[in-house]
Amino acid sequence: MSRPDLQNPVPLDPALDAPTAGAATRLRFAAVRSRLRLPSAYRRPMAVIGFTIIALWFIVAIFVPWIAPFDPLAQQFDRLQPPGPVNWFGTDSLGRDVLSRTLYGARISLPLALILVVASAIIGSVLGAIAGYFGRAVDEVIMRVADLVFAFPTIILAMIVTAALGPSLTNAVIALLFVSWPSYARVMRSMVLGARSREYVVAGRLLGFSPFRSLQRDILPNVAAPVLVLATLDFGNAILLLSGLSFLGLGATPPTPEWGAMVADGVQNFSDWWLAAFPGLAIFTVVVAFNLVGDALRDSLDPRTAGAVQGVKI
Amino acid sequence: MPVTLRRGPHLGPLARYILIRFGISVLLIFGVTLVTFTLANLVPADPAQAALGERAASDPAIVAAFREAQGLDKPVVTQYLLYIAHLFQGNLGTSTQSHNPVTQDLSVAFPATAELALFVIVFSIIIGVGLGTWAALRQNRFVDQLFRVVSLIGISIPTFWLALAAFYVFFYQLHWAPGTGRLSASLQAPPKVTGLYTVDALVAGQYTTFWNALSHLILPGLVLVLFTVGLLVRFSRSAVLDVLNQEYVLAARAKGLSSAAVIFRYVLRGASLPILTIVGLAFGSLLSGTVLTEQVFGWGGIGQYAYKSATTLDLPAVMGVGLVVGVVYILTNFIIDVVYGVIDPRVRVQ
Amino acid sequence: MSDTTPHGLSLRGLTLELGSKGSAKQILRGIDLDIPAGSITGLAGESGSGKTMTGLAICGLQPAGSRLGGTISYTGPRGAAPNLLALRPRAMNALRGREIAMIFQDPTASLHPMITIEAQLTDGMRHHLHISRSEARTRALALLSRVRVPDPETALKKYPHQFSGGQLQRIAIAIALASEPSVLIADEPTTALDVTVQAGILHLLRELCDTLDLAILLVTHDLGVMSALADTVTVMRYGEVVEHGSRYQVIREPQSAYTKALIDALPHPPAENTTEGQL
Repeated sequence: MSRPDLQNPVPLDPALDAPTAGAATRLRFAAVRSRLRLPSAYRRPMAVIGFTIIALWFIVAIFVPWIAPFDPLAQQFDRLQPPGPVNWFGTDSLGRDVLSRTLYGARISLPLALILVVASAIIGSVLGAIAGYFGRAVDEVIMRVADLVFAFPTIILAMIVTAALGPSLTNAVIALLFVSWPSYARVMRSMVLGARSREYVVAGRLLGFSPFRSLQRDILPNVAAPVLVLATLDFGNAILLLSGLSFLGLGATPPTPEWGAMVADGVQNFSDWWLAAFPGLAIFTVVVAFNLVGDALRDSLDPRTAGAVQGVKI
Repeated sequence: MPVTLRRGPHLGPLARYILIRFGISVLLIFGVTLVTFTLANLVPADPAQAALGERAASDPAIVAAFREAQGLDKPVVTQYLLYIAHLFQGNLGTSTQSHNPVTQDLSVAFPATAELALFVIVFSIIIGVGLGTWAALRQNRFVDQLFRVVSLIGISIPTFWLALAAFYVFFYQLHWAPGTGRLSASLQAPPKVTGLYTVDALVAGQYTTFWNALSHLILPGLVLVLFTVGLLVRFSRSAVLDVLNQEYVLAARAKGLSSAAVIFRYVLRGASLPILTIVGLAFGSLLSGTVLTEQVFGWGGIGQYAYKSATTLDLPAVMGVGLVVGVVYILTNFIIDVVYGVIDPRVRVQ
Repeated sequence: MSDTTPHGLSLRGLTLELGSKGSAKQILRGIDLDIPAGSITGLAGESGSGKTMTGLAICGLQPAGSRLGGTISYTGPRGAAPNLLALRPRAMNALRGREIAMIFQDPTASLHPMITIEAQLTDGMRHHLHISRSEARTRALALLSRVRVPDPETALKKYPHQFSGGQLQRIAIAIALASEPSVLIADEPTTALDVTVQAGILHLLRELCDTLDLAILLVTHDLGVMSALADTVTVMRYGEVVEHGSRYQVIREPQSAYTKALIDALPHPPAENTTEGQL
């Protein structure tokens, strides 16, 4: 027994097939259009630069024990030495090698930002999809809560949460999770609202598919692209927020070589510029790279979808 | 005196729209009190412990007295209702660290942040929207590419790092900028009218103080301006590009109007709603940015106060900050909504 | 310039290229077209045939980065220009709206939603005619009555969303006529409107053409509209003119196979059931 396949629709009745066939071609077209056109995105030079930087940082994060010249935690050099032939990025106030600490920082920031982005994308998308698909009271409740969280300056809300949970990197991620899901919920909801009324979804419902089946088969594949783009753009944001909290002393605790915490060390000894300069540069390059790739991906979406993605909170 | 009786107030569409937005804002503020209260009560750590220090906290009598004084011994719902009741009396509780009423602490910290934020938002709107429009009109030409790069840097650079770098270069190396704080140590704060030192100094006619306050404002201000401008350039560019594709712009050009008239009367008005939305968003991120910048510049504003109270588990202070910031943000959005209604006739109909 | 030259526009060998030199796309491939005063010249063709681009090129509103060739000569009661394409941008801008005006397909899109009718109606004439605000207002009222918008006084204070599509298109026509142009380019003026109000707009165009001695270029894909209104009809395809002649000639005895196909595609043969009296 085979169910009608919406991906390869067969005209139900030749007598009625004129509009159906039209809808079918539009279906294919729509499906293709809202997926990412990756080749064109990667032909852009800026996107290629961004992608290369990201790839390099991930390689550093994975292979850092072989790349870093010294142990990031060993207090084995003279304190506060400026950059020189042994310590390329100088040493910090405890005599640790800044270059090694900066490289090891990738192992902390990148995975945590990844976890944060993936988790908030999942939570936000699920909530947004539920809100958009079921509408009415469910929609109202979810989106009002989203508005409320959205209404708050991110860092301050995250500060309150980390203050409540106690400073640690895990708690910083939890705090940021708390504040970063609404943008996904908004995008997902608007995409689902748009998709829900499309012909192919309506056709699916008329064929007797359950709401979840149509959500899963017809809607999700089409809204995945914008969420992916949003996540890419959000990644840089996640790095900035995480390092910001660590900078304030609400994230990483000593002696963790976290970039934001290392910049905070630089505030204590601000005449020794190398303490803050290199970890800050590390944050900057990662964030720029993700923004470059995210921009290119967004430009390759069709304009209406791209408009929804622009609502990202920064 | 003749009295005309009416069945209910006769409101124009704009007034009704403003009233509805106001009602929503009030509800949101209640929501914010709920959020801050809930968050503060998530605390697994014992605030008594944090406030009293180890020795006092080991004495059960002192802890019990503290808990009673702070209302921590009552059920959560009662605590919330008490909190709201106190709010209506303008009482935000007493800071466990400074032992001042939170309102008093905030009345010092808030104007400091407001001065910085106002300075930044005014400059950012002028520069950001101006450059964004310029970039859109010269799409894909050199200026457009240049602004894209600048705005990309602006939104990608960690604010706290930029603040530190600016401080290092302009204060430590070049001695162009004055040091931390809002005024040089040799000067006294001007008599308080608004709490904004620049304005108060002008009101009092103390020009030296005015220039000193302004010179302290510039460096932290520029750091935040770069970030906010980056945001505004990006979004206003795309808003203006959207409008440039509208048929009414073509129609306006077909009338033979000067380009200035087309841009200022037709294009910018059309792009004003999305730009306003971005200004609201930028304001929120600006408040986040000030927290980090104040830390570097020792600004003594809301951000530093929030940081101090968050790290010392000073719950009344944390809740006070959360509330003030939430209210400011909601008020800003209320104002933006009202402006929406004033400039776009379609908004107020709904 | 002598008075014997008939007023109106004359296009000779108009070409338009889009895109970079290497991969240029020919949008118009040498259009010859006369748009004389006091008559409605129809320009028909399917989408992509270049008819809209022709209208925009006459107003100098072709997309940025396109290259024009050929000549567009203009003769009007206030003067003449041997080739609009050779004018400096500033001079062309002075002609736009003043000598050559344009109305668009969808009045809900071509009027600014956030500006009052009064401001949109008067800014063009104040710019071109250098008249005072009150003078402009008086003229605006007269214009609105002329295009038969009911209650002009209140209409001036309203915003576009407070009108129906048909009323808005009348207002758009009033805006186009504000500075007394002698040429009107009407790009699909009825396509976005309800069938019930289309006839009214077409009738208005005819009347304005006759009373104001306007040269109207009616761009449309709708041969029904065309056969009801146009004095002469030009059919375009792929940027070229495939057929040209008087309305009856083109509709009743089409010469090119393409025109025949277009006419056959109409639900009802137009020549039989449309005359001006039925508008």
